[in-house]
Amino acid sequence: MITQINKLKKRWLALILIATLVLIAPGCNSQSDTTSTGDELSGSFNIIGSNTVTPLTSVWAEEFMKMHPKVNIAVSGPGSGAGIAALINGTTDICQASRKIKSKEIDQAKANGIEPYEIQVATDALSVVVHPTNPVSELTIAQLSVIYNGKITNWKEVGGNDASIVAISRDTNSGTHVFFKEHVVQMKGLPTEDKSLEYGPKVLFLPSTEEGVSEVVKNPNAIFYPGLGYVTTEAKPLAIKKTADSPGVLPSIETALDGSYPVARPLLYYTNEAPAGIIKAFIDYCLSPEGQEKVTEVGYVPLN
Amino acid sequence: MLEQVSPATTATGFEKALRRRWRLGEKFIESWIFLAGILTIVVLLGIIALLLKEGLPIFLDTPPWDFFFGTRWYPVSEPPTFGIMPFFVATLWVTLVATAISVPVGVVCAAYLAEVAPAKVRETVKPVIEILAGIPSVVMGFIGLMLLSPLVQSAFNLNTGLSGLTAGIMLSLMSLPIIISVSEDALRAVPDDFRQAAYALGATRWETIRHVSIPGALSGITAAIMLGVGRAIGETMTVLMVAGGALAVPISPTEPMMPMTAAIASGIGNAVRGGLQYQALFAIGLVLFCITLSVNLIADKVLERQKKKFSR
Repeated sequence: MITQINKLKKRWLALILIATLVLIAPGCNSQSDTTSTGDELSGSFNIIGSNTVTPLTSVWAEEFMKMHPKVNIAVSGPGSGAGIAALINGTTDICQASRKIKSKEIDQAKANGIEPYEIQVATDALSVVVHPTNPVSELTIAQLSVIYNGKITNWKEVGGNDASIVAISRDTNSGTHVFFKEHVVQMKGLPTEDKSLEYGPKVLFLPSTEEGVSEVVKNPNAIFYPGLGYVTTEAKPLAIKKTADSPGVLPSIETALDGSYPVARPLLYYTNEAPAGIIKAFIDYCLSPEGQEKVTEVGYVPLN
Repeated sequence: MLEQVSPATTATGFEKALRRRWRLGEKFIESWIFLAGILTIVVLLGIIALLLKEGLPIFLDTPPWDFFFGTRWYPVSEPPTFGIMPFFVATLWVTLVATAISVPVGVVCAAYLAEVAPAKVRETVKPVIEILAGIPSVVMGFIGLMLLSPLVQSAFNLNTGLSGLTAGIMLSLMSLPIIISVSEDALRAVPDDFRQAAYALGATRWETIRHVSIPGALSGITAAIMLGVGRAIGETMTVLMVAGGALAVPISPTEPMMPMTAAIASGIGNAVRGGLQYQALFAIGLVLFCITLSVNLIADKVLERQKKKFSR
């Protein structure tokens, strides 16, 4: 019995050890080599950041690696905040973000000797989705704001069934979380803007966009705000009205391009100083006509 | 081996050298083991030092009272507020649900395996239980998300199946193997004479289990429960996926909530080194560490008692 316990304890210690290593590890991340020899590109770099941009970046990275077999790109999408933190800590080559870097974060980066350089690679319409059986089909930004800050908790208050609203959000790692808070919950750019508004305490914070969408698909009373690329046919996107008098606009590539859809945002790449070498080659590809064609295929909005 | 040399022959130079080498080898092994033992202590102290160094500075910004009893956690707002009460209560709820399920089931299962089950059943069931312990927590999270959360939602008529209750049920499945395996060992460590004596006095099997075996192994069972609870408190991935992650202080286990481990996991990626959020998350880690440490210490003390009881 005692050996059993000792075994368990050892397992605990091992776990703790691994946890510390994981915490310490980002500090000693290697600087990737970005050599380009002649016209044959080779080398490796990593892209960390937004969960929203990840599907797009993955397609670009795959295509780019197909064209240049000696290039290795690692893409991960824990969230824009995580990507920007990685950029500041010097542990990523490109940070993908679905929100702009804050001035405070620029200061932190500069203190670490990093010069954030911003490149817009695409645009995203942030769709608001509900269960297909939900009778509500359009909401104003002000209504979304009160739903998400917890002032109303029942669908009948916005013309739906008599059922509690299950408001779902991404966690604080996410750029979508911050963008939605500023532009919808706090109603940035509208006359009713109120910077003191926050997500209500009943809002569910989920670790990934996929999990939010799957909860909406299962739950008739749920509401969530995934990027356009994540919307499936099993969830119903709502038409968004900027104010009570303006017409409801459904999210789509066309409405985001012509500016009529109110909750659209830039998808950005940040690098340390202007990109060079292999990273520049990759970003040039993303911005090229072939690269922008992929944007539409994945479900986002190309630059023009 | 050296004793086999006949007493008549005196120790030759060769034997002396052999003996010296043997002693040297012994020294080497001894110091090696000593170093290995010290290493774990160094690692532990290092972790404590790191947690203190990174976590304590938050109290310069947020007073301890506001930190421990504050109910608002908005790390990315201006200005940020850090109150960990919702996470603390969520951890309590989830652990409570997990314990309430895994302790009765686990102890009864252990009693069955140790006292009632024929050897053949025991030998097949025990490895199966140990396999349950080996299922990765992310897989448990998946199962909770896909299978259990719709069930919980319809059974309790909830708004969402992502709740502390769902997380607690998944955690109980994860701490069951520990509780069963350790308490079964404790029950089997109760000397057979006790049982024989009980039977001789005319006790039935049930009476023997209830009044002799379980009280005899009580300290071992308590230790098993403590270890299971420690597992439930520290588990992260499963609760991150199924607990729902709402920031309100949960009043009932059926609400969505965010336990401390999930709060750390969902925030650390976003935290800039040395920033306020980073410090606050480390401080949560420190609180969590203190909780699991005290649970393990209690388990240790109780086990010590059990060992003394049966040392003859």
